[in-house]
Amino acid sequence: MSASSCYKNCQPASIGKKIIMALSGLVLAGFVFGHMIGNLTVFKGAAAINEYAEWLHAHPGLLWVARSVLIVSVIAHIWSGVLLTIENRIARAGGPAVEVTRQASLSSRTMPYSGVIILAFIVFHLLHFTFRKIALGGQEFGADVYKMIIAGFSQPAVALFYIASMILLCLHLSHGISSVFQTLGLRNQRWRGRLDVVATAYGWVIALGFISIPLAVLLGQLK
Amino acid sequence: MVKPSEQSSHDSERTLALRLRVWRQLRGGEGHFEEYSLAAVPVSASFLEMMDMLNEQLIREGKDTIAFDHDCREGICGMCSMTINGMPHGPIPGVTTCQLHMRNFRDGETITVEPWRARAFPVLKDLAVNRSAFDKVIQAGGFITVRTGSAPEANNTLIPKPIADEAMDAAECIGCGACVASCKNGSAMLFVGAKINHLNILPQGQPERERRTLAMVKTMDDAGFGNCTNYGECQAHCPKGITLDVIAKLNRDYLRARVKDFFSSTGKARKGGE
Repeated sequence: MSASSCYKNCQPASIGKKIIMALSGLVLAGFVFGHMIGNLTVFKGAAAINEYAEWLHAHPGLLWVARSVLIVSVIAHIWSGVLLTIENRIARAGGPAVEVTRQASLSSRTMPYSGVIILAFIVFHLLHFTFRKIALGGQEFGADVYKMIIAGFSQPAVALFYIASMILLCLHLSHGISSVFQTLGLRNQRWRGRLDVVATAYGWVIALGFISIPLAVLLGQLK
Repeated sequence: MVKPSEQSSHDSERTLALRLRVWRQLRGGEGHFEEYSLAAVPVSASFLEMMDMLNEQLIREGKDTIAFDHDCREGICGMCSMTINGMPHGPIPGVTTCQLHMRNFRDGETITVEPWRARAFPVLKDLAVNRSAFDKVIQAGGFITVRTGSAPEANNTLIPKPIADEAMDAAECIGCGACVASCKNGSAMLFVGAKINHLNILPQGQPERERRTLAMVKTMDDAGFGNCTNYGECQAHCPKGITLDVIAKLNRDYLRARVKDFFSSTGKARKGGE
């Protein structure tokens, strides 16, 4: 096989890209669940969440394995998403003058947009709480993660941005999760409706779990 | 909208005056919409018969007639197309343009008529598009290789009834291309999924199952169709009621074929079994 034919044959096919998108999305959807459960320890008090953060940092090997899997998944997800979106725009050739939508859900039609905003949120979130470079007023918190969270969400604009982003994540997940089953071929007419409900419910569980923290800080329930 | 059951004999004699915004395009040229008025269209006329009336009017006026595809006019050949008010095959689910009747439109209504819009279906003229990309997909694997001649003994190959039914449901696809035209991604996966399912679940389709799946997907990609993002518009516009199930099974069969191909010692499936 020559190099040029490999270039053509080794490119993932349409369904190949979809499978990459589905599997990387599945990893990320699983991650947000774990992340949310970990975050909810904040309601058990400062000691609980600080202990949890300390435990994570006490296992750098484990942490970096998880981080590597996440970084690879994020890159694969964005790469396949961008390729699919560009190819689809070209294939549509502008579309009809009169555009009619019979079935496509709002979440399915806004996937590239919700995805881009969630990416912007992730960048902000990492700079905010992981690298601690922005929106913390230059304060140092050290190992006191609890205090950092309270300080971070005490600014209404920041808290509202987190809440809005999580609602978009809910939208993204409600189409994404049901699409994972379709792309992997694990869906039929009988299960389609049920899986859509499961996906929407999962999106809401994740979103509400995350939103509860900035909301509690805004309402003065967490101090 | 009047349901067929509610029609009276008086109603069937009703006529409509219509304004039509029709896409006109010469071969290789840029297209544009042109407006026409058409009077006295009987509600019992099919959409294609209405287009015939318009063409007769254009002939009387000494103008160029509108090109559109049609053949059997009984909803089974897959030739008629047309995006009517943004909907491939028009507003009534489960019918082709030839089976769409004018009683589904209002008197004085403006109807926008466009060709299928997709990069893989270039416009030939006016409302007629080139759908040979579908033929290429079929040529790549939409068949089984058998010795033809005398009919084989029917009971040699036993097929369970549910499997036969499922294959028949997929085989209902008439290859009209409404799935591509309705898809916001210009994807042909409902069509390819229907054709692959039709053969891949039957015993006669097994020997070439992997080769067929890989070859048809590759041909589909090369033709410039988009990628499915699970909108479901194709299912909602398919005149034959093909469901997204066929795409789920296409995805599954493709994954299976790639895995089998990857671990095969000869890699023959990828090379097209030659």
